[in-house]
Parts: sequence; structure tokens; C-alpha cells
Amino acid sequence: MTVPVVPVTAAAPTAVQVQNVSVVYPSTENTVTALDRVSLDIAEGEFISLIGPSGCGKTTLLRVIADLEQASTGSVRVNGMSSTEARLKRAYGYVFQAPALFPWRTVLANVCLPLEINGQSKTQARAVAMEQLANVGLKGFEGKYPWQLSGGMQQRVSIARALGFEPQLLMMDEPFGALDEITRDRLNEQLLQLWRNESRAGHGDGTKPRRTVVFVTHSIPEAVFLSSRIVVMSPRPGRIVEVIDSTLPAARQLDIRDTPEFAALAHRVRLALADGHG
Amino acid sequence: MVKAIVPARPTPFWLRWVSNRPEPVEGSPTLAPSMWQRSFPVLVVLAAITLIWYAAAIWLNAPQVIERVFADKPDWTLLDLAPLTWNMERPVLPAPHQIAFDLWNSITGWPIDSPRNLLFHAYVTSTATLLGFVMGTLLGAALAVLIVHSRTLDRSLFPWIIASQTIPVLAVAPIIIVILGSMGMSGLVPKAIISMYLCFFPVAVALVKGLRSPGVLEMELMHTYAASPSHTFWMLRVPASLPYLFPSLRVGIAAGLVGAIVGELPTGAQAGLGARLLTGSYYGNTIQIWSALVMAALLGLLLTGCVAWAEKALTPGVKK
Amino acid sequence: MSLMWLIPSLAVLLVIAVFSVKRAASLNETSWLGRVGAPLVFGVWVLVFWEILTRAFDVPRVLLPAPSLIGAALWKGADVLRDDLIQTVLKSALFGLVMGCGLGFVSGVLIDRSPFLQRGLLPLAALASSVPLVGIAPIMVMWFGFDWQSKAAVVVLMTFFPMLVNTLAGLKEAGHMERDLMRSYGASYARTLFSLRLPVALPFVFNALKINSTLALIGAIVAEFFGSPTIGLGFRISTEAARMNMGLVWAAIFTAALAGSLLYGVLGWLERRVTFWHPSVRRG
Repeated sequence: MTVPVVPVTAAAPTAVQVQNVSVVYPSTENTVTALDRVSLDIAEGEFISLIGPSGCGKTTLLRVIADLEQASTGSVRVNGMSSTEARLKRAYGYVFQAPALFPWRTVLANVCLPLEINGQSKTQARAVAMEQLANVGLKGFEGKYPWQLSGGMQQRVSIARALGFEPQLLMMDEPFGALDEITRDRLNEQLLQLWRNESRAGHGDGTKPRRTVVFVTHSIPEAVFLSSRIVVMSPRPGRIVEVIDSTLPAARQLDIRDTPEFAALAHRVRLALADGHG
Repeated sequence: MVKAIVPARPTPFWLRWVSNRPEPVEGSPTLAPSMWQRSFPVLVVLAAITLIWYAAAIWLNAPQVIERVFADKPDWTLLDLAPLTWNMERPVLPAPHQIAFDLWNSITGWPIDSPRNLLFHAYVTSTATLLGFVMGTLLGAALAVLIVHSRTLDRSLFPWIIASQTIPVLAVAPIIIVILGSMGMSGLVPKAIISMYLCFFPVAVALVKGLRSPGVLEMELMHTYAASPSHTFWMLRVPASLPYLFPSLRVGIAAGLVGAIVGELPTGAQAGLGARLLTGSYYGNTIQIWSALVMAALLGLLLTGCVAWAEKALTPGVKK
Repeated sequence: MSLMWLIPSLAVLLVIAVFSVKRAASLNETSWLGRVGAPLVFGVWVLVFWEILTRAFDVPRVLLPAPSLIGAALWKGADVLRDDLIQTVLKSALFGLVMGCGLGFVSGVLIDRSPFLQRGLLPLAALASSVPLVGIAPIMVMWFGFDWQSKAAVVVLMTFFPMLVNTLAGLKEAGHMERDLMRSYGASYARTLFSLRLPVALPFVFNALKINSTLALIGAIVAEFFGSPTIGLGFRISTEAARMNMGLVWAAIFTAALAGSLLYGVLGWLERRVTFWHPSVRRG
């Protein structure tokens, strides 16, 4: 049961356009359908969460957009280009479930990695990397090695790395899933602050649009807290059950989770998830 | 979570076996390669090696042929040259079929206890290897058990055993032969002793590691059952040590074989594959050397194959 | 020395020895002395008893010389042994090791690009460890002559396969997440190889290097058993053993053992410096 998606108003340009995407894996017993004719439009500046039970295809959808997997049918357009072109043009940053830091590189060198690949000079890369590390609150840890940091700090380095070349699109695959709840809450708050402060950051030109974030999670509070729009997906074969616009104010602190508005929204998401199961 | 990367373009059917399709990810639903698909690349590589060998035989044997046969026949072609290079009596590099024929003749053309039969030599070498292997394994196991249960031995003796893996223990072989020879022992026993101490070290080190491998969780479980040390040993430590033991047994028996062969060198022994190699090299009989080598290789494969088979039989269902 | 005095004094010595080794073994393992103390004390007592027993029971020198005699032979034959060392260890073993490991590594990197070749070559390379490759020494002597080159050739063959297998295994070690990361950066094959896959493969390469260092020395020495010019540690051992000149033989073995453990130690030090980040090195 796919609810037709209402396209976003023409005022905000579309960052990602997913049209009728299916991902099917052949196997000896029977074919496995990870995604079943999914269509979704993501506007620029949105913080959109993909939520669903394990195996519902939310990660697959993210990976298809990132050109880490191929769609069997349908098309994906990122910033008007195909997903492969967008990847080669380095249009997005990707944060994985685990920090995926290289243990033989210092924290600073890790953040410099994509910049080096992009062809930036060492000094340039280091300057940018220092700035990004400061943004995620890790100033002073540049010379440390990944294994000397806690899980939460490592994941923050991973985020700083993804932001290094200032991509317009940030894709995050359950980045805080492996952390304890207290750390997770803090990082949620920091991520939101980072995202909101972006457009206000002094680049001379204050009209720079806010970064688009596509966030995969299976935690309802996390999705409701962070997003401007929540996409609920059903278990395999993965389909979009419902798309919920967030009614919460744009500026949020952690204590918003105790408000009745938050609970109502979380309730809606929960219902949609149960709906998808049935 | 499925993560397989599906290829962008479908691979044409004739290219599928050699295509660079990335390996499928564990857990993703995919087709397992069939037996034919698994052995086809090996067969292709073996065929390629054979072809290269024949070509190399032409190249290496050509000077001799040209000098002897073509000295007064200036207009020769590759077609004339090739068959001659593949059928010389003392080639620099014998062709594969020459080695195969020599092996076959040696095995089938002579009675099994004749020194002209390679199986006889293989038997001599393998008895020494097996005897040494059994002794070395038992000794190594006994020492491993002692080390695991005695802190003193663990701190004082075990470091020496580990260190012995970095030194060429095989260099002691000539001494063993000479000492035992002067005491009247020759033939099987000295070679077996060399094999024994070559098997001993890897088995001892691996078993210590294996006997210690059970984690804290499993040991505490045995503790809650009030299990005696003997119970813990036989019901937990020994089964846990098997995955460590068998690879070391494979290493041990291969090392033991080398030891037995080396043991046949110093005093000019008459029997055994090592002796055969040596006499072949003394008389410049290349084909004999290669046949002995192939027989030694086959013996090595047989012995390690037996250990691998024993491993499968004794540890069924163990995932590596 | 009469047996009457010998047995009790030996018994007393044994008690002292056992006690001191036990004491050394119970030292705290955190200090350097604590770790090295027990094996050191053990080794010293072994030498002491060796010396006493061989002298007391007048063990014939051809059977087992006392450590002091070996020491004397080492001192007297230092020049000869030094030349042997250069021939066997530096020329045959080291040269063969570098070439064999180099070839194995490069082949591994090249073959990594073709899963077909991997499926074809890996089973054969794995089988090579079951085969007594040293036996190729007489062939190598025929091709390269009696000097160190033929021994180096044997070493190249022996060290090639473990390095090939380990390089291939190491190149597979890079995690899927990290590889996806590089893919998300649009990194080329070469970039991914140098920035990610080679560093991850290094622990495996060092593992093979350490195994190969022992194989190289064994190969060089044993290849000399098959025939050699008049220098070389293997040559020295086999000929002096035939002459019953046991002191020099043991001295040569000691030299070989020293060379082997030094080489291994250097490689271990290098490994700890280069792969400082690997959990096995971090745990100490």
C-alpha cells in the first residue's frame, strides 16, 4: 500500500528525486525485494528521516541515492544529475553506522582524507579539517588516533569528515545507533545545532541554503526530534507507508521531547509503523 | 541488511567466468559457485603453467640441441627444434611428459622394493616422517599440557620454545646424524628424530595457544559446575584447542617431511627421496632429480591431505 | 671427580636451580626484568648443568661438547664464521628474502585485480606449503652454479608463496564500510589501494615477512647441504660435522640461531613501528 507522495512546493528546489525505484536481488530460493517501487521527492534544506523496522530497505534506499547500490528499476536524480555523476562530483557526504575511521591516520588526517582525494593541497586541507573539528567540538584532539577516542567522539570525527568539503547533501545511516542513549541525545542536539547554524555561518553570502540531510534511523524519538519530515517505511518488501510533516517548531532543544506535541507526533509515527506491519 | 553491489551492465555469457564481478557480501542472497566454477580457474592456470613449461623447455634446452644436432644443418626451424628439446637425455629443463614417463617407468617397471622404484624411496622417507611426526606431536602435546598447568614452566621454558621458531632448527640435522651414527644408529631413527623435533615446536606452541583459548565466560561456567581440573581439561580445553592443533599438524608434517629428506643428505644414504635427489645431482641426471622432486611433492600433498582429512573427520561442523 | 661427591652436589644445585627459576617466574610481568628474568635464569641454569654434566661424566667431545668449548670454538673460528655468515645470511638468505617477498607482494597486488586468477592461483599457492620446496636446490645449482645465487634462488621460491597468499588475504581485509567510503568519494582504484587497502594489508604482509625470515635462513642453510662452495654456514655445519669437529659445528649453529633471532627481532620492531595502529600491536 503506497500512499502517493505530495510533491514539495515549487519554492524550494528538489535536491533528490527518487522515481519508482525497486531493488531486487536474485537468489537460489526466490528473489528478494529490498525496495518496491519507491518514489520520494526531497527538497533542498530539508531534514528528512527514513524510519522503519530492520530490513525495511531504508538503508538500501539511502545507498541507492548515494550510488553505493544500483536500482533494478526506476531512476534517482541528485541535484539534477544521475546518482553516479553526483557521486563523482562529490555532491554529498556519507556517514556510516560505524565511524569507519582509518586507525593509522590521526583524527586530523582522517578528516583530511576526502579533501586530499578531492585534490586539495595539504595546507588547505588541514585548515578546513581543523575548522570542521572545531565545529563538532573536538578542538584539541587533532593529533589523537581514533582508538584513543570514545565511540561518540569517533562518530563526531566521522561527521566532521563528511562535512569537510561542504557538500550540499548529507546522508547518514543510523550514525548514532551504536552509542548509549545519553551520548546519543547529546549528539542529536549537536547535529541539529550544526545543521541550523550552517546557513548563518559567515561565508559572506547569507543566502546560502541550508544543507539537506537524509537521516536513516529506527528510533522514533530520534526521528521526531531531528526531522522536518518523516518517511515511514514498511518491512520487506520496502515501501513508503506514510510521509509525515513535522509540526514542531524549527528551533528545538532536548526538552521538547516532553511536550504533548512531540508525543502526538511520535504517536502518529508509531501508528504508521504498525500500519506498515499489518 | 543486504549490501551486494549489482553490476551496472549485465555481463555477456561468455565473459561470466572471467569477469571482474566483485565478490558477493556475506549474508546477501546470491548464487553459490558450483564445483565446476570453482575448479575451472585452477585447471586453466595449470594448463597455462604446462604451456609455459614447454616453452621454457625449448628456450633452455635450445643451446645444447643447436650445438649438437644442428651444427652442420644451418637451416632449422622451430618445428625441428621443439621436439628435440623435449626429448633430450640430459636436458637443462625436462619437458613435463619426460618427467611423467620417468615416474611411471620407475613406479611400474621395477619391483616395489627395488632402489630403482621411486615408491620404495617414498616409503623410506615417509616412514621416517610419520614416526617423527607421531613422536613430535605426542611430545609437543605433553609439553603443552605441562606448560598450561605450570606457571613456572610457562614463564621460563615457553619463551625459549617460541624463540626456537625464529632459528633454523633444521641446521642441527647433520649433528644428529653424526652423533647417532657414531653410537651405531643409522637409517630410520636419526631421520625420525630430526622430523620429531621439527614437528614438536609448532605443535607445542599451537596447543598452548589452543588450550588457553577458552574465554573467561566458558571457564566461569565450568567453575559454577564445580568441575575438577581434569573435567575442565577434557571437556573444555581439549575441544577448544582442536582448531589450533590441526593447522599446526599440517605445518608439522610438512616440516617433518623436509627433515626426513634433509636427514638423508649428509652421510650419503642409499635410500629415500633425499638420497635420490643427491645421487641425481651428483650424476647430472636432471630427469631423475625432477622425478624425485615430483614424488616428494606428491608425498607432501598426500601427508598433509591425510591430516586435513583427519581434521574434517574429527571436527565436523566446526566453522572456520 | 668421584661419584660420591657428585650426586649430592648435583642434587643441591638442582634444588637451588628450581627454586631460583620459580622465584624468577613469579616476578611481576610489567617490568622488562620480570618478563625476561625467568627464561634468562632458566637458560643460565641449563648452560651450567650442561657444562657440569659433560665434564663430570667425560662426555666425548664428538657427542656433545661443553658450552665453554663451544665458546672457545666460537672465538677461535670467528673469522671463518663471519665469512660464512656473510655468504649464507647476507648474500643467499637476505637477497633471496627481499626478492622473494618483493615478487610475492607485487604478484599479490596484480593478481588482486582478477578474481579469476585468484581462484586459480590461490589453491596452488596454498598447496606449495605442503611441498618440500628445498628439494629444488640441486636444480638451482645446475642452473645458477654452486655459489650463493643458487641458494638465493631456492630462498626466492620458498618465500614467494607465503607472501603471495598473505598479500592477497590482506588486500581482502579492508572492510566493506571503508570501501564504500572511498567509493562515496569517487576515489580511483589506485587511490583506494594506497590510502586504504595497502595499510590494512600491512599486518598480513609483516606476518608473512616474519615467517619468511625463518624460511629464508632454513632455505639458505639446507640448500648448502646439497652442495656449496667452500664457505657458508650450511657448508660449515655439514662438513665439520663429518669431520667430527663438533665445537665448530655448534658454534656455527649458534651463529645461525643468532642471525635468525636478530632478523626476526628487527622485523618485529619494524612491524611495531609501521602497524602501530593494529589491535594486536596495541595490546602489546
